[in-house]
Amino acid sequence: MHTKIFYGVTIVLLTLSLIKDRGKTKKALIKAWKSLENILPQMLAMIVAIGLIIALLSPETISRIIGGSSGWWGVLLAAILGSVTLMPAFVAFPMAAVLLQNGAGYMQLAAFVSTLTMVGLITFPMEVRFFGRKMTIWRNALAFVFAFLVALVIGKVVVL
Amino acid sequence: MKLLKRYSIALAALLLFGLLFFYNRDLGQEASGTILMSLKEMATILPPVFILLGLLDVWVPRGTMVKYMGKDSGVMGAVLAFVLGSAAAGPLYVSFPVAAALMKKDVKFFNVLIMVGAWSSAKIPMLIFEYSSLGPRFMLTRLALSILIVIIIALVLNSVMKDDEVREIYRKVREME
Repeated sequence: MHTKIFYGVTIVLLTLSLIKDRGKTKKALIKAWKSLENILPQMLAMIVAIGLIIALLSPETISRIIGGSSGWWGVLLAAILGSVTLMPAFVAFPMAAVLLQNGAGYMQLAAFVSTLTMVGLITFPMEVRFFGRKMTIWRNALAFVFAFLVALVIGKVVVL
Repeated sequence: MKLLKRYSIALAALLLFGLLFFYNRDLGQEASGTILMSLKEMATILPPVFILLGLLDVWVPRGTMVKYMGKDSGVMGAVLAFVLGSAAAGPLYVSFPVAAALMKKDVKFFNVLIMVGAWSSAKIPMLIFEYSSLGPRFMLTRLALSILIVIIIALVLNSVMKDDEVREIYRKVREME
């Protein structure tokens, strides 16, 4: 659905652009390809690496580490685990649901999901290329710390 | 040869994957499932995202972007940045080239940070996944917190980064490609 809207908008705009100015449209497409090719090598490496990590970390392994009774220690481990692996949403959330069934706690899951989406060690070199080292370290560190706030609040709100 | 060098890390990862396959077939198969799914997702999402970026680059004048998201764009600019980030598709690292495109058009650094933040934690497709697998309570609580956290992180980063460091980032982005 979302993808269809995306394609619809792109096709409409691209057509308008073509009608208005062929030369400019060609330039836009060349730019599109160049900026895609710019991140393509790192992206392909990342996709393979993420696939490997997800395969190695089975749901049973993870839920053993971040079980409901694991407390703040479990939250810390969950946050670290989430930082290493950056998963696409279509893998992350179904997996989170499985983890929940296997006994993972809500607090731990909240930390896991937060760092999963916001902190990326594997994407670190790529982020540095765009934003520089300092900003990348700060952004990831801040996001990591805030995962604990999310865990705390979710622990209070959802368990009730 | 140059091409080979550019893709050497990807090839190394692939080699590692091959070894895993050799070592443990089941694990290898599981990994290849995820990898294929990710590749499929990328193949569907990336073309429109990058074509839109190209069109933005060519058609939207810097002045327009500055007016809506630049130095004096105020709260509206930040809201626009948030909407842009959350309406997007693709994992976080796809937001970096988008950020670069915005910086090329002199969008305010704070707004770029808001866009990346929203992209990382409040993306609409992601919320739908979260809703269906962890329930409304989990999703809504995390969303409310995420909005707060995205703003705080953007504020902190904005004040931690010195003016000349930000200028350096903008300069480097212009040099890319």
